[in-house]
Amino acid sequence: MDLITLLMEPLGYDFMVRAIVTTALAAVVCAVLSCWLVLIGWSLMGDAVSHAVLPGVVLAYIVGAPFALGALVFALIAVTLIGVVRSTSRVKEDAAIGIVFTSLFALGLVLISVTPSQTDLNHIIFGNLLGVSIPDLIQVLVLGVVAFAILILKRRDLTLYAFDPTHAHAIGLSPKRLGALLLGLLALTSVVALQTVGVVLVVAMLIIPGATAYLLTDRFSRMLVIAPVVSAACSIAGIYFSYYLDTASGAMVVLTQGAVFALVYLFSPRQGLIGTRLAKARRRKAAALAV
Amino acid sequence: MSTHAARGQAPLGQSAPQPAIQVEGVTVHYGEVLALDSASLSLDHARICGLIGMNGSGKSTLFKAIMGMIKPDAGRVLINGAPPAKARKEGGIGYVPQSEDVDWQFPLSVRDVVMMGRYGRQGFTRRPSKADRAAVHEALDRVELSEFAGRQIGQLSGGQKKRAFVARCIAQGATIMLLDEPFAGVDKRSEATITRLLRELAADGCTILISTHDLHALPQLCDEAVLLMHKVLMHGAPDVVLQPENLAMAFGLDVLNRDGAGHGDSAGHRQPVQAIDNERGI
Repeated sequence: MDLITLLMEPLGYDFMVRAIVTTALAAVVCAVLSCWLVLIGWSLMGDAVSHAVLPGVVLAYIVGAPFALGALVFALIAVTLIGVVRSTSRVKEDAAIGIVFTSLFALGLVLISVTPSQTDLNHIIFGNLLGVSIPDLIQVLVLGVVAFAILILKRRDLTLYAFDPTHAHAIGLSPKRLGALLLGLLALTSVVALQTVGVVLVVAMLIIPGATAYLLTDRFSRMLVIAPVVSAACSIAGIYFSYYLDTASGAMVVLTQGAVFALVYLFSPRQGLIGTRLAKARRRKAAALAV
Repeated sequence: MSTHAARGQAPLGQSAPQPAIQVEGVTVHYGEVLALDSASLSLDHARICGLIGMNGSGKSTLFKAIMGMIKPDAGRVLINGAPPAKARKEGGIGYVPQSEDVDWQFPLSVRDVVMMGRYGRQGFTRRPSKADRAAVHEALDRVELSEFAGRQIGQLSGGQKKRAFVARCIAQGATIMLLDEPFAGVDKRSEATITRLLRELAADGCTILISTHDLHALPQLCDEAVLLMHKVLMHGAPDVVLQPENLAMAFGLDVLNRDGAGHGDSAGHRQPVQAIDNERGI
Protein backbone atom coordinates (compact mmCIF):
# COMPACT_ATOMS: atom_id res chain seq x y z
CA MET A 1 0.00 0.00 0.00
CA ASP A 2 1.49 3.33 -0.94
CA LEU A 3 1.15 6.48 1.15
CA ILE A 4 -1.70 7.96 -0.87
CA THR A 5 -3.87 4.89 -0.45
CA LEU A 6 -2.91 4.80 3.21
CA LEU A 7 -4.11 8.36 3.64
CA MET A 8 -7.17 8.10 1.39
CA GLU A 9 -8.62 4.82 2.63
CA PRO A 10 -10.13 6.10 5.91
CA LEU A 11 -11.64 9.05 4.07
CA GLY A 12 -13.92 6.60 2.29
CA TYR A 13 -15.97 6.45 5.49
CA ASP A 14 -18.19 9.41 6.30
CA PHE A 15 -17.67 8.93 10.03
CA MET A 16 -13.92 9.19 9.56
CA VAL A 17 -14.27 12.42 7.60
CA ARG A 18 -16.50 13.86 10.32
CA ALA A 19 -14.02 12.71 12.97
CA ILE A 20 -11.12 14.38 11.22
CA VAL A 21 -12.96 17.65 10.62
CA THR A 22 -14.23 17.82 14.20
CA THR A 23 -10.84 17.04 15.70
CA ALA A 24 -9.01 19.53 13.55
CA LEU A 25 -11.52 22.23 14.51
CA ALA A 26 -11.32 21.46 18.21
CA ALA A 27 -7.55 21.16 18.04
CA VAL A 28 -7.17 24.60 16.48
CA VAL A 29 -9.42 26.41 18.97
CA CYS A 30 -7.95 24.63 22.00
CA ALA A 31 -4.42 25.28 20.78
CA VAL A 32 -4.99 29.01 20.36
CA LEU A 33 -6.45 29.27 23.85
CA SER A 34 -3.65 27.14 25.28
CA CYS A 35 -1.09 29.80 24.35
CA TRP A 36 -2.50 32.10 27.04
CA LEU A 37 -3.20 29.35 29.55
CA VAL A 38 0.42 28.15 29.66
CA LEU A 39 1.79 31.70 29.91
CA ILE A 40 -0.56 32.82 32.69
CA GLY A 41 -0.02 29.55 34.53
CA TRP A 42 -3.64 28.54 34.28
CA SER A 43 -3.08 24.94 33.25
CA LEU A 44 -4.62 23.67 36.46
CA MET A 45 -7.50 26.05 35.93
CA GLY A 46 -7.97 24.57 32.46
CA ASP A 47 -8.02 21.13 33.99
CA ALA A 48 -10.55 22.25 36.58
CA VAL A 49 -12.94 24.04 34.27
CA SER A 50 -12.89 21.29 31.65
CA HIS A 51 -13.84 18.70 34.30
CA ALA A 52 -16.26 20.90 36.18
CA VAL A 53 -18.47 21.45 33.13
CA LEU A 54 -19.56 17.79 33.20
CA PRO A 55 -22.63 18.18 35.45
CA GLY A 56 -23.67 21.17 33.37
CA VAL A 57 -23.49 19.17 30.18
CA VAL A 58 -25.44 16.28 31.72
CA LEU A 59 -28.15 18.60 33.06
CA ALA A 60 -28.36 20.32 29.70
CA TYR A 61 -28.82 16.90 28.11
CA ILE A 62 -31.60 16.03 30.58
CA VAL A 63 -33.58 19.23 30.00
CA GLY A 64 -32.76 19.38 26.32
CA ALA A 65 -30.80 22.65 26.47
CA PRO A 66 -27.62 23.33 24.47
CA PHE A 67 -24.57 21.68 26.04
CA ALA A 68 -22.65 24.94 25.85
CA LEU A 69 -25.13 26.70 28.10
CA GLY A 70 -24.89 24.07 30.82
CA ALA A 71 -21.12 24.04 30.51
CA LEU A 72 -20.84 27.82 30.81
CA VAL A 73 -23.04 27.88 33.91
CA PHE A 74 -20.98 25.21 35.63
CA ALA A 75 -17.68 26.73 34.58
CA LEU A 76 -18.86 29.91 36.26
CA ILE A 77 -19.94 27.99 39.36
CA ALA A 78 -16.58 26.23 39.51
CA VAL A 79 -14.54 29.42 39.19
CA THR A 80 -16.70 31.19 41.78
CA LEU A 81 -16.43 28.30 44.24
CA ILE A 82 -12.66 28.12 43.78
CA GLY A 83 -12.38 31.86 44.45
CA VAL A 84 -14.62 31.66 47.50
CA VAL A 85 -12.82 28.68 49.06
CA ARG A 86 -9.42 30.26 48.44
CA SER A 87 -10.21 33.71 49.74
CA THR A 88 -12.37 32.80 52.73
CA SER A 89 -10.36 29.93 54.20
CA ARG A 90 -6.71 29.08 54.73
CA VAL A 91 -6.85 26.51 51.93
CA LYS A 92 -4.43 27.42 49.13
CA GLU A 93 -5.48 27.86 45.51
CA ASP A 94 -4.29 24.53 44.11
CA ALA A 95 -6.09 22.66 46.86
CA ALA A 96 -9.22 24.76 46.31
CA ILE A 97 -9.10 23.95 42.60
CA GLY A 98 -8.64 20.25 43.33
CA ILE A 99 -11.53 20.11 45.76
CA VAL A 100 -13.98 22.01 43.60
CA PHE A 101 -13.36 20.35 40.26
CA THR A 102 -13.25 16.77 41.50
CA SER A 103 -16.46 17.31 43.45
CA LEU A 104 -18.23 18.79 40.44
CA PHE A 105 -16.85 16.06 38.19
CA ALA A 106 -18.13 13.43 40.63
CA LEU A 107 -21.51 15.16 40.63
CA GLY A 108 -21.52 14.82 36.86
CA LEU A 109 -20.72 11.10 37.10
CA VAL A 110 -23.54 10.62 39.61
CA LEU A 111 -25.95 12.46 37.33
CA ILE A 112 -24.90 10.25 34.43
CA SER A 113 -25.45 7.12 36.50
CA VAL A 114 -29.05 8.08 37.30
CA THR A 115 -29.88 9.30 33.80
CA PRO A 116 -31.31 6.81 31.33
CA SER A 117 -29.55 6.47 27.99
CA GLN A 118 -26.14 6.11 29.57
CA THR A 119 -24.26 5.30 26.40
CA ASP A 120 -24.55 8.82 25.02
CA LEU A 121 -23.31 10.46 28.18
CA ASN A 122 -20.37 8.18 28.73
CA HIS A 123 -19.09 9.53 25.47
CA ILE A 124 -18.75 12.92 27.12
CA ILE A 125 -16.21 11.47 29.51
CA PHE A 126 -14.02 9.63 27.06
CA GLY A 127 -15.04 11.28 23.82
CA ASN A 128 -16.58 9.59 20.84
CA LEU A 129 -14.72 10.81 17.85
CA LEU A 130 -15.88 8.11 15.52
CA GLY A 131 -19.52 8.62 16.50
CA VAL A 132 -19.68 12.34 15.70
CA SER A 133 -23.06 13.10 14.11
CA ILE A 134 -23.82 15.99 11.77
CA PRO A 135 -25.55 18.03 14.53
CA ASP A 136 -22.54 17.42 16.80
CA LEU A 137 -20.29 18.64 14.06
CA ILE A 138 -22.39 21.76 13.57
CA GLN A 139 -22.30 22.50 17.29
CA VAL A 140 -18.53 22.14 17.38
CA LEU A 141 -18.26 24.31 14.29
CA VAL A 142 -20.44 27.13 15.65
CA LEU A 143 -18.92 27.19 19.14
CA GLY A 144 -15.43 26.74 17.76
CA VAL A 145 -15.75 29.60 15.31
CA VAL A 146 -17.21 31.91 17.97
CA ALA A 147 -14.46 31.11 20.48
CA PHE A 148 -11.76 31.36 17.84
CA ALA A 149 -13.01 34.70 16.53
CA ILE A 150 -13.18 36.26 20.00
CA LEU A 151 -9.72 34.95 20.90
CA ILE A 152 -8.16 36.33 17.73
CA LEU A 153 -9.94 39.69 17.84
CA LYS A 154 -9.06 40.27 21.50
CA ARG A 155 -5.64 38.61 21.36
CA ARG A 156 -3.70 41.77 22.17
CA ASP A 157 -5.79 42.54 25.24
CA LEU A 158 -5.55 38.94 26.45
CA THR A 159 -1.79 38.99 26.00
CA LEU A 160 -1.55 42.24 27.94
CA TYR A 161 -3.66 40.64 30.67
CA ALA A 162 -1.33 37.64 30.74
CA PHE A 163 1.83 39.72 30.76
CA ASP A 164 1.02 42.74 32.92
CA PRO A 165 -2.49 43.05 34.40
CA THR A 166 -1.35 46.06 36.46
CA HIS A 167 -0.56 48.01 33.31
CA ALA A 168 -3.90 46.93 31.85
CA HIS A 169 -5.55 48.50 34.88
CA ALA A 170 -3.37 51.61 34.72
CA ILE A 171 -4.49 52.39 31.17
CA GLY A 172 -8.15 52.02 32.04
CA LEU A 173 -8.81 48.43 30.95
CA SER A 174 -10.37 45.97 33.36
CA PRO A 175 -8.13 43.00 34.20
CA LYS A 176 -11.10 41.41 35.96
CA ARG A 177 -13.20 41.54 32.82
CA LEU A 178 -10.37 40.21 30.66
CA GLY A 179 -9.83 37.33 33.08
CA ALA A 180 -13.54 36.58 33.04
CA LEU A 181 -13.54 36.65 29.24
CA LEU A 182 -10.70 34.15 29.15
CA LEU A 183 -12.48 31.85 31.62
CA GLY A 184 -15.70 32.06 29.61
CA LEU A 185 -13.81 31.14 26.47
CA LEU A 186 -12.20 28.30 28.39
CA ALA A 187 -15.64 26.92 29.23
CA LEU A 188 -16.81 27.31 25.63
CA THR A 189 -13.70 25.63 24.30
CA SER A 190 -14.04 22.78 26.77
CA VAL A 191 -17.42 22.00 25.24
CA VAL A 192 -15.89 22.03 21.78
CA ALA A 193 -13.23 19.56 22.82
CA LEU A 194 -15.53 17.32 24.87
CA GLN A 195 -16.85 15.86 21.67
CA THR A 196 -13.48 14.76 20.46
CA VAL A 197 -11.36 13.55 23.34
CA GLY A 198 -13.82 13.71 26.21
CA VAL A 199 -13.74 15.53 29.53
CA VAL A 200 -10.80 13.60 30.93
CA LEU A 201 -8.40 14.42 28.12
CA VAL A 202 -9.59 17.92 27.16
CA VAL A 203 -6.93 19.41 29.35
CA ALA A 204 -4.27 17.86 27.12
CA MET A 205 -5.60 19.78 24.13
CA LEU A 206 -5.68 22.92 26.30
CA ILE A 207 -2.07 22.72 27.49
CA ILE A 208 0.20 20.66 25.26
CA PRO A 209 -0.02 22.76 22.06
CA GLY A 210 0.72 26.04 23.84
CA ALA A 211 3.59 24.48 25.78
CA THR A 212 5.02 22.97 22.58
CA ALA A 213 4.85 26.29 20.74
CA TYR A 214 6.37 28.12 23.73
CA LEU A 215 9.47 25.95 23.42
CA LEU A 216 9.78 26.81 19.73
CA THR A 217 9.58 30.60 19.63
CA ASP A 218 10.19 33.86 21.49
CA ARG A 219 7.27 35.63 19.80
CA PHE A 220 3.73 35.35 21.02
CA SER A 221 2.34 36.09 17.56
CA ARG A 222 4.24 33.06 16.25
CA MET A 223 3.00 30.90 19.11
CA LEU A 224 -0.52 31.68 17.92
CA VAL A 225 0.35 30.13 14.55
CA ILE A 226 2.61 27.26 15.62
CA ALA A 227 0.30 25.92 18.34
CA PRO A 228 -2.81 25.40 16.18
CA VAL A 229 -0.86 24.08 13.21
CA VAL A 230 1.05 21.54 15.30
CA SER A 231 -2.06 20.62 17.25
CA ALA A 232 -4.21 20.08 14.16
CA ALA A 233 -1.48 18.01 12.50
CA CYS A 234 -1.04 15.88 15.64
CA SER A 235 -4.76 15.38 15.98
CA ILE A 236 -5.26 14.26 12.41
CA ALA A 237 -2.20 12.00 12.63
CA GLY A 238 -3.59 10.60 15.86
CA ILE A 239 -6.83 9.66 14.14
CA TYR A 240 -4.97 7.86 11.38
CA PHE A 241 -2.91 5.99 13.97
CA SER A 242 -6.04 4.98 15.81
CA TYR A 243 -7.62 3.81 12.53
CA TYR A 244 -4.73 1.59 11.54
CA LEU A 245 -3.71 0.45 15.03
CA ASP A 246 -7.33 0.00 16.05
CA THR A 247 -6.90 1.98 19.28
CA ALA A 248 -9.06 4.52 21.16
CA SER A 249 -9.16 7.59 18.92
CA GLY A 250 -9.33 10.39 21.53
CA ALA A 251 -6.51 8.88 23.53
CA MET A 252 -4.44 8.39 20.38
CA VAL A 253 -4.83 12.09 19.54
CA VAL A 254 -3.53 13.09 22.96
CA LEU A 255 -0.74 10.55 22.81
CA THR A 256 0.45 12.00 19.50
CA GLN A 257 0.40 15.50 20.95
CA GLY A 258 2.42 14.26 23.93
CA ALA A 259 4.94 12.55 21.66
CA VAL A 260 5.44 15.70 19.59
CA PHE A 261 5.90 17.74 22.76
CA ALA A 262 8.58 15.27 23.88
CA LEU A 263 10.39 15.65 20.55
CA VAL A 264 10.27 19.44 20.77
CA TYR A 265 11.35 19.34 24.40
CA LEU A 266 14.43 17.41 23.38
CA PHE A 267 15.27 18.92 20.02
CA SER A 268 13.99 22.51 19.95
CA PRO A 269 16.89 24.65 18.71
CA ARG A 270 16.09 27.40 21.23
CA GLN A 271 14.99 25.57 24.34
CA GLY A 272 15.45 21.86 23.67
CA LEU A 273 17.57 19.75 25.98
CA ILE A 274 19.56 18.22 23.12
CA GLY A 275 18.77 20.82 20.48
CA THR A 276 20.57 23.63 22.28
CA ARG A 277 23.65 21.44 22.71
CA LEU A 278 23.65 20.50 19.04
CA ALA A 279 23.35 24.17 18.08
CA LYS A 280 26.26 25.02 20.37
CA ALA A 281 28.39 22.26 18.88
CA ARG A 282 27.56 23.48 15.36
CA ARG A 283 28.57 27.01 16.28
CA ARG A 284 31.83 25.77 17.78
CA LYS A 285 32.56 23.77 14.65
CA ALA A 286 31.82 26.78 12.44
CA ALA A 287 34.06 28.93 14.61
CA ALA A 288 36.86 26.35 14.38
CA LEU A 289 36.53 26.24 10.61
CA ALA A 290 36.59 30.01 10.40
CA VAL A 291 39.92 30.03 12.22
CA MET B 1 8.40 66.95 24.30
CA SER B 2 6.04 69.85 24.36
CA THR B 3 2.96 67.62 24.56
CA HIS B 4 4.13 66.41 27.93
CA ALA B 5 4.64 69.89 29.18
CA ALA B 6 1.23 70.98 27.99
CA ARG B 7 -0.55 67.98 29.45
CA GLY B 8 1.47 68.10 32.61
CA GLN B 9 0.25 71.51 33.68
CA ALA B 10 -3.06 72.15 35.30
CA PRO B 11 -5.72 73.20 32.82
CA LEU B 12 -5.64 76.88 32.01
CA GLY B 13 -8.21 79.13 33.55
CA GLN B 14 -8.33 77.16 36.76
CA SER B 15 -7.87 79.46 39.72
CA ALA B 16 -5.56 77.29 41.86
CA PRO B 17 -3.53 74.65 40.00
CA GLN B 18 -4.38 71.17 41.21
CA PRO B 19 -1.57 68.97 42.48
CA ALA B 20 -0.65 66.11 40.15
CA ILE B 21 -1.09 63.52 42.86
CA GLN B 22 -3.09 64.11 46.00
CA VAL B 23 -3.47 61.39 48.60
CA GLU B 24 -5.82 62.39 51.40
CA GLY B 25 -5.92 60.32 54.59
CA VAL B 26 -5.83 56.99 52.80
CA THR B 27 -6.22 53.94 55.04
CA VAL B 28 -5.95 50.41 53.67
CA HIS B 29 -6.26 47.09 55.50
CA TYR B 30 -5.46 43.65 54.14
CA GLY B 31 -7.63 41.56 56.39
CA GLU B 32 -6.37 42.42 59.86
CA VAL B 33 -3.11 43.90 58.62
CA LEU B 34 -2.89 47.66 58.41
CA ALA B 35 -0.99 48.62 55.25
CA LEU B 36 -1.65 52.35 55.11
CA ASP B 37 -2.71 54.41 58.08
CA SER B 38 -4.29 57.69 57.07
CA ALA B 39 -1.48 58.47 54.64
CA SER B 40 -1.53 61.92 53.09
CA LEU B 41 0.71 63.24 50.36
CA SER B 42 0.53 65.97 47.77
CA LEU B 43 2.81 66.12 44.79
CA ASP B 44 3.03 69.00 42.32
CA HIS B 45 3.49 68.73 38.58
CA ALA B 46 6.88 68.02 37.06
CA ARG B 47 8.38 66.89 40.35
CA ILE B 48 10.29 63.73 41.11
CA CYS B 49 9.52 62.27 44.50
CA GLY B 50 11.31 59.37 46.16
CA LEU B 51 9.23 57.10 48.35
CA ILE B 52 11.35 55.55 51.09
CA GLY B 53 10.32 52.84 53.46
CA MET B 54 11.01 49.33 54.60
CA ASN B 55 9.56 46.26 52.95
CA GLY B 56 5.98 46.09 54.08
CA SER B 57 5.83 49.80 54.89
CA GLY B 58 3.00 50.25 52.41
CA LYS B 59 4.88 51.55 49.35
CA SER B 60 3.27 49.12 46.93
CA THR B 61 -0.10 49.64 48.54
CA LEU B 62 0.24 53.39 48.09
CA PHE B 63 1.00 52.81 44.39
CA LYS B 64 -2.05 50.59 44.07
CA ALA B 65 -4.19 53.20 45.77
CA ILE B 66 -2.91 55.92 43.43
CA MET B 67 -3.71 53.72 40.44
CA GLY B 68 -7.11 52.94 41.91
CA MET B 69 -6.41 49.21 42.07
CA ILE B 70 -7.56 49.03 45.66
CA LYS B 71 -10.37 50.93 47.30
CA PRO B 72 -9.15 52.59 50.48
CA ASP B 73 -11.12 51.93 53.67
CA ALA B 74 -10.94 55.65 54.27
CA GLY B 75 -9.64 58.71 52.45
CA ARG B 76 -9.32 59.37 48.74
CA VAL B 77 -6.86 59.87 45.92
CA LEU B 78 -7.07 62.63 43.35
CA ILE B 79 -5.06 62.78 40.15
CA ASN B 80 -5.00 66.31 38.69
CA GLY B 81 -7.94 67.01 40.95
CA ALA B 82 -10.07 64.16 39.64
CA PRO B 83 -10.58 60.51 40.65
CA PRO B 84 -7.86 58.15 39.32
CA ALA B 85 -10.33 56.47 36.93
CA LYS B 86 -10.37 59.61 34.78
CA ALA B 87 -6.57 59.77 34.55
CA ARG B 88 -6.44 56.05 33.74
CA LYS B 89 -8.94 56.44 30.90
CA GLU B 90 -6.88 59.31 29.50
CA GLY B 91 -3.72 57.22 29.64
CA GLY B 92 -2.19 59.64 32.09
CA ILE B 93 -0.80 57.08 34.53
CA GLY B 94 2.25 55.05 33.58
CA TYR B 95 3.59 52.21 35.68
CA VAL B 96 7.01 50.57 35.77
CA PRO B 97 6.70 47.28 37.67
CA GLN B 98 9.22 45.73 40.04
CA SER B 99 11.49 43.24 38.31
CA GLU B 100 10.19 40.31 40.31
CA ASP B 101 6.63 41.06 39.20
CA VAL B 102 7.49 40.53 35.54
CA ASP B 103 7.65 37.20 33.71
CA TRP B 104 10.89 37.80 31.79
CA GLN B 105 10.44 34.59 29.82
CA PHE B 106 7.25 35.94 28.28
CA PRO B 107 7.49 35.67 24.48
CA LEU B 108 7.25 39.38 23.66
CA SER B 109 9.78 41.67 22.03
CA VAL B 110 10.83 45.00 23.50
CA ARG B 111 8.78 46.67 20.76
CA ASP B 112 5.69 44.61 21.69
CA VAL B 113 5.97 45.69 25.31
CA VAL B 114 6.35 49.37 24.45
CA MET B 115 3.38 49.08 22.06
CA MET B 116 1.27 48.03 25.05
CA GLY B 117 1.53 51.64 26.17
CA ARG B 118 -0.63 52.56 23.19
CA TYR B 119 -3.49 50.13 23.82
CA GLY B 120 -5.60 52.68 25.66
CA ARG B 121 -5.72 54.84 22.52
CA GLN B 122 -6.40 52.03 20.07
CA GLY B 123 -9.59 50.48 18.79
CA PHE B 124 -11.36 47.24 19.71
CA THR B 125 -8.63 44.93 18.44
CA ARG B 126 -5.70 47.27 19.33
CA ARG B 127 -4.46 47.21 15.78
CA PRO B 128 -1.48 49.59 15.72
CA SER B 129 -1.74 52.63 13.44
CA LYS B 130 1.09 54.49 11.81
CA ALA B 131 1.00 57.02 14.63
CA ASP B 132 1.28 54.19 17.18
CA ARG B 133 4.31 52.75 15.44
CA ALA B 134 5.89 56.18 15.25
CA ALA B 135 5.26 56.78 18.96
CA VAL B 136 6.84 53.44 19.86
CA HIS B 137 9.81 54.17 17.65
CA GLU B 138 10.27 57.59 19.19
CA ALA B 139 9.96 56.24 22.74
CA LEU B 140 12.56 53.54 22.08
CA ASP B 141 14.83 56.19 20.62
CA ARG B 142 14.41 58.34 23.69
CA VAL B 143 15.52 55.57 26.05
CA GLU B 144 18.26 54.49 23.62
CA LEU B 145 16.92 51.00 23.04
CA SER B 146 16.15 51.25 19.31
CA GLU B 147 18.75 48.67 18.37
CA PHE B 148 17.20 46.16 20.80
CA ALA B 149 13.60 46.66 19.66
CA GLY B 150 13.36 43.15 18.24
CA ARG B 151 14.85 41.38 21.26
CA GLN B 152 12.82 39.22 23.57
CA ILE B 153 12.20 41.31 26.67
CA GLY B 154 14.15 39.01 28.99
CA GLN B 155 17.29 39.28 26.83
CA LEU B 156 18.01 42.80 28.07
CA SER B 157 20.25 43.82 30.95
CA GLY B 158 18.68 44.97 34.21
CA GLY B 159 18.90 48.65 33.35
CA GLN B 160 17.68 48.14 29.78
CA LYS B 161 14.63 46.28 31.07
CA LYS B 162 13.73 49.28 33.21
CA ARG B 163 14.23 51.64 30.30
CA ALA B 164 11.96 49.48 28.15
CA PHE B 165 9.16 49.98 30.66
CA VAL B 166 9.90 53.69 30.90
CA ALA B 167 9.60 53.74 27.10
CA ARG B 168 6.17 52.17 27.49
CA CYS B 169 5.17 55.11 29.74
CA ILE B 170 6.55 57.56 27.17
CA ALA B 171 4.72 55.90 24.27
CA GLN B 172 1.60 56.01 26.40
CA GLY B 173 2.03 59.76 26.89
CA ALA B 174 1.79 59.33 30.66
CA THR B 175 2.19 62.51 32.65
CA ILE B 176 2.32 60.64 35.93
CA MET B 177 4.80 57.83 36.27
CA LEU B 178 5.02 55.37 39.11
CA LEU B 179 8.25 53.39 39.33
CA ASP B 180 8.52 50.48 41.74
CA GLU B 181 12.13 49.84 42.80
CA PRO B 182 13.65 50.92 39.47
CA PHE B 183 17.22 50.51 40.69
CA ALA B 184 17.02 46.96 42.01
CA GLY B 185 19.42 44.79 39.98
CA VAL B 186 20.67 47.76 37.97
CA ASP B 187 24.36 48.58 37.71
CA LYS B 188 25.77 52.03 38.49
CA ARG B 189 26.09 53.13 34.87
CA SER B 190 22.53 52.17 34.00
CA GLU B 191 21.39 53.85 37.18
CA ALA B 192 22.98 57.10 36.00
CA THR B 193 21.34 56.70 32.57
CA ILE B 194 17.93 56.10 34.10
CA THR B 195 18.40 59.03 36.47
CA ARG B 196 19.21 61.33 33.57
CA LEU B 197 16.24 60.03 31.58
CA LEU B 198 13.83 60.62 34.45
CA ARG B 199 15.19 64.13 35.02
CA GLU B 200 14.55 64.88 31.35
CA LEU B 201 11.01 63.55 31.59
CA ALA B 202 10.37 65.68 34.65
CA ALA B 203 11.72 68.70 32.79
CA ASP B 204 9.10 67.91 30.13
CA GLY B 205 6.38 68.08 32.75
CA CYS B 206 6.07 64.49 34.00
CA THR B 207 5.36 63.91 37.64
CA ILE B 208 7.34 60.92 38.85
CA LEU B 209 6.95 58.89 42.02
CA ILE B 210 9.67 56.34 42.73
CA SER B 211 9.72 53.77 45.46
CA THR B 212 13.25 52.79 46.33
CA HIS B 213 15.60 51.28 48.85
CA ASP B 214 18.45 53.00 47.13
CA LEU B 215 19.04 55.93 49.45
CA HIS B 216 22.27 57.17 47.93
CA ALA B 217 20.65 57.71 44.51
CA LEU B 218 17.96 59.95 45.91
CA PRO B 219 19.62 63.38 46.19
CA GLN B 220 20.64 63.33 42.53
CA LEU B 221 17.35 61.97 41.30
CA CYS B 222 14.64 63.49 43.41
CA ASP B 223 13.26 66.94 44.10
CA GLU B 224 11.60 65.69 47.22
CA ALA B 225 11.41 62.57 49.34
CA VAL B 226 8.76 60.89 51.44
CA LEU B 227 9.37 58.63 54.42
CA LEU B 228 6.66 56.02 54.65
CA MET B 229 5.90 53.70 57.53
CA HIS B 230 2.19 53.04 57.01
CA LYS B 231 1.85 56.77 57.60
CA VAL B 232 3.71 59.51 55.81
CA LEU B 233 6.32 60.28 58.48
CA MET B 234 8.02 63.02 56.61
CA HIS B 235 7.90 64.83 53.27
CA GLY B 236 10.54 67.29 52.22
CA ALA B 237 13.80 67.94 50.43
CA PRO B 238 15.85 64.74 50.02
CA ASP B 239 18.84 65.89 52.04
CA VAL B 240 16.59 66.79 54.94
CA VAL B 241 14.56 63.59 54.79
CA LEU B 242 17.75 61.56 54.49
CA GLN B 243 19.12 62.83 57.80
CA PRO B 244 20.08 59.75 59.82
CA GLU B 245 17.74 60.56 62.67
CA ASN B 246 14.82 60.77 60.21
CA LEU B 247 15.70 57.51 58.52
CA ALA B 248 15.96 55.86 61.89
CA MET B 249 12.29 56.77 62.35
CA ALA B 250 11.25 54.92 59.23
CA PHE B 251 13.57 51.98 59.50
CA GLY B 252 13.52 51.66 63.26
CA LEU B 253 17.29 51.44 63.49
CA ASP B 254 20.36 53.39 62.59
CA VAL B 255 20.65 52.36 58.93
CA LEU B 256 23.29 54.92 58.18
CA ASN B 257 25.59 53.45 60.73
CA ARG B 258 27.35 56.66 61.55
CA ASP B 259 30.38 55.05 63.12
CA GLY B 260 31.16 53.59 59.71
CA ALA B 261 31.16 49.94 60.74
CA GLY B 262 28.85 47.57 58.88
CA HIS B 263 26.87 47.85 55.70
CA GLY B 264 25.52 50.36 53.24
CA ASP B 265 26.33 53.74 54.73
CA SER B 266 25.13 56.66 52.69
CA ALA B 267 28.18 58.84 53.28
CA GLY B 268 30.36 56.26 51.58
CA HIS B 269 27.97 55.95 48.65
CA ARG B 270 27.29 59.56 48.08
CA GLN B 271 30.74 60.48 46.98
CA PRO B 272 30.93 58.38 43.79
CA VAL B 273 27.43 59.43 42.78
CA GLN B 274 28.44 63.02 43.30
CA ALA B 275 31.38 62.45 41.01
CA ILE B 276 29.11 61.24 38.22
CA ASP B 277 27.02 64.33 38.72
CA ASN B 278 30.00 66.61 38.28
CA GLU B 279 30.95 64.87 35.06
CA ARG B 280 27.53 65.65 33.71
CA GLY B 281 28.07 69.26 34.75
CA ILE B 282 24.94 69.60 36.83
